[in-house]
Amino acid sequence: MEPNHSEEKNAVVSELPFGTVPALTNDFVPGESNFIKVDDFKFYYGKKRALHGITMEIPSRMVTAFIGPSGCGKSTLLRNFNRMNELIPGVRHEGDITIHGTSIYDPSVEIIALRRRIGMVFQKSNPFPMSIYENIVYPLRIAGQKNRALLDETVERCLRSAALWDEVKDRLHESALKLSGGQMQRLCIARAVASRPEILLMDEPCSALDPIATAKVEELIIELKKDFTIIIVTHNMQQASRVSELTAFFYLGNLIEFDVTKKIFTNPSKKQTEEYITGRFG
Amino acid sequence: MMRISAANFFTIEGKRTSPFRLLANKLLSALCIVLALLTLVPLVSIVILVVRNGLPLLGSGLFTQLPPAPGLDGGGFGNAIVGTMVMVGIGLLIAVPFGILSAIYINEYDRASRLASAVRFVAKLLTGIPSIICGVFAFAAVVMTTKQFSALAGGVALAILILPTILLTAEQSLLGVPYAYREASFGVGATHFQTIWRIVLPEALPAMMTGVMLAVARASGETAPILFTAAFSQDWIHSLMEPSASLSVLIYNFASLPYAHQISMAWSASLVLVTIVTLTNVFAQVIFSPKHR
Repeated sequence: MEPNHSEEKNAVVSELPFGTVPALTNDFVPGESNFIKVDDFKFYYGKKRALHGITMEIPSRMVTAFIGPSGCGKSTLLRNFNRMNELIPGVRHEGDITIHGTSIYDPSVEIIALRRRIGMVFQKSNPFPMSIYENIVYPLRIAGQKNRALLDETVERCLRSAALWDEVKDRLHESALKLSGGQMQRLCIARAVASRPEILLMDEPCSALDPIATAKVEELIIELKKDFTIIIVTHNMQQASRVSELTAFFYLGNLIEFDVTKKIFTNPSKKQTEEYITGRFG
Repeated sequence: MMRISAANFFTIEGKRTSPFRLLANKLLSALCIVLALLTLVPLVSIVILVVRNGLPLLGSGLFTQLPPAPGLDGGGFGNAIVGTMVMVGIGLLIAVPFGILSAIYINEYDRASRLASAVRFVAKLLTGIPSIICGVFAFAAVVMTTKQFSALAGGVALAILILPTILLTAEQSLLGVPYAYREASFGVGATHFQTIWRIVLPEALPAMMTGVMLAVARASGETAPILFTAAFSQDWIHSLMEPSASLSVLIYNFASLPYAHQISMAWSASLVLVTIVTLTNVFAQVIFSPKHR
């Protein structure tokens, strides 16, 4: 990544027509400790309660890992940060999530703008059936951006930050579906950062990748935390310990323990956490 | 449990497969191949028959001239070709927007609602409706109210006939678009409309067009709904509000006449009909084939 990256970023950001997000302006302090606040958050799929009152504070510009056995609610919580869960019929929530001090459920928050500020990378890479170029500019196109130079520049910036530029720069206009599995997932990361989000949500981003592709994505995550607040859901505990500063352990819809990653993996304070990370259940 | 030794490693429970079983296996495979070939027989013979009987009269006159009076030679069926195209066109103009927009509603907006289930149910019911009923309905709804047979009434009858096919194939095409694409699009802040317009529809289009083409093929060949809505005309079509000739009704009329020339023309009209349907199909496949695979 170029050294002048962040300056360049600030220079262009005002040109982007991203709608109004009162809470998510550019005035946040890097390293804010209570960047994302989850306050007694409960979540229901129909009558079934999947989260039983989660309270936590996630700092900015760090990698926070969510771990726990399947069905523990970690993905559910992740998908609430950009309100993706609301696409499922019959869901509801109680409690609140605030980012930069403003509730994401505040009526003044446009859900569209919120999702542009919070990028998401899914478990299975899901590039659109379009060219590599069009995949990355999609977030800009839907925001009405037509400036060709800016689009070109975004493609290069995003592909570089996803460590994919050198591999694909000569075939930007070929189908994204011709890429390898690992390349596709990095393309999805590139697409997720195209709208200049501040937060990146990753839902088991490496679970469908081979070890080499996984290593590349992990390197990328470590690189990206300079610019983004990253929350990653993972089943791979080595991965959590390699990439994250903080780790949250969930079990049956409860947050059991949330602490510095090193402590979680060496000296957890809760018995359940210890049993899970040592592989005794889950 | 028997011990696996070198001698019985490739046998099941130490027994060799019986020769009867091996024979039955071969016979069944052969049966499948023979039946598949037999399926081709009627299809191929129809094409051969239509081409052989339709070719002799084929000439440019057929496309530009009007049908001859019974017993007379010469002439063509230009008006019937135009009439069929106009009526299928009207049918598509009505059925495609209704069908595709309904499919978008029942699949993208309100999948589980009662309205969606009702639309789906009625569409399935309508696919099985005999085409003559569509004709009767259009007769009652359009011909009776306007007090005349017309190309418009024919088009309406065809629209009712093909609407369920278009709707249901469009719904299936939308279902075929992976949910992951929608998720990715919503995830970067796209609106519902943008997601449908830019991601879902382009991806579903080839399959949707297959449905539309099936509808075109079916509508072009239908006689019953046209027979008592557009009736027939010896003249070129001048207005949508007058009776119109069509290839299918022309074939029906001419094939039942006792004159060799008219019967030959019916064959030629069949050949032209088959060719038009095939060409539209190929054309649509080429235009709407997916670009990124």
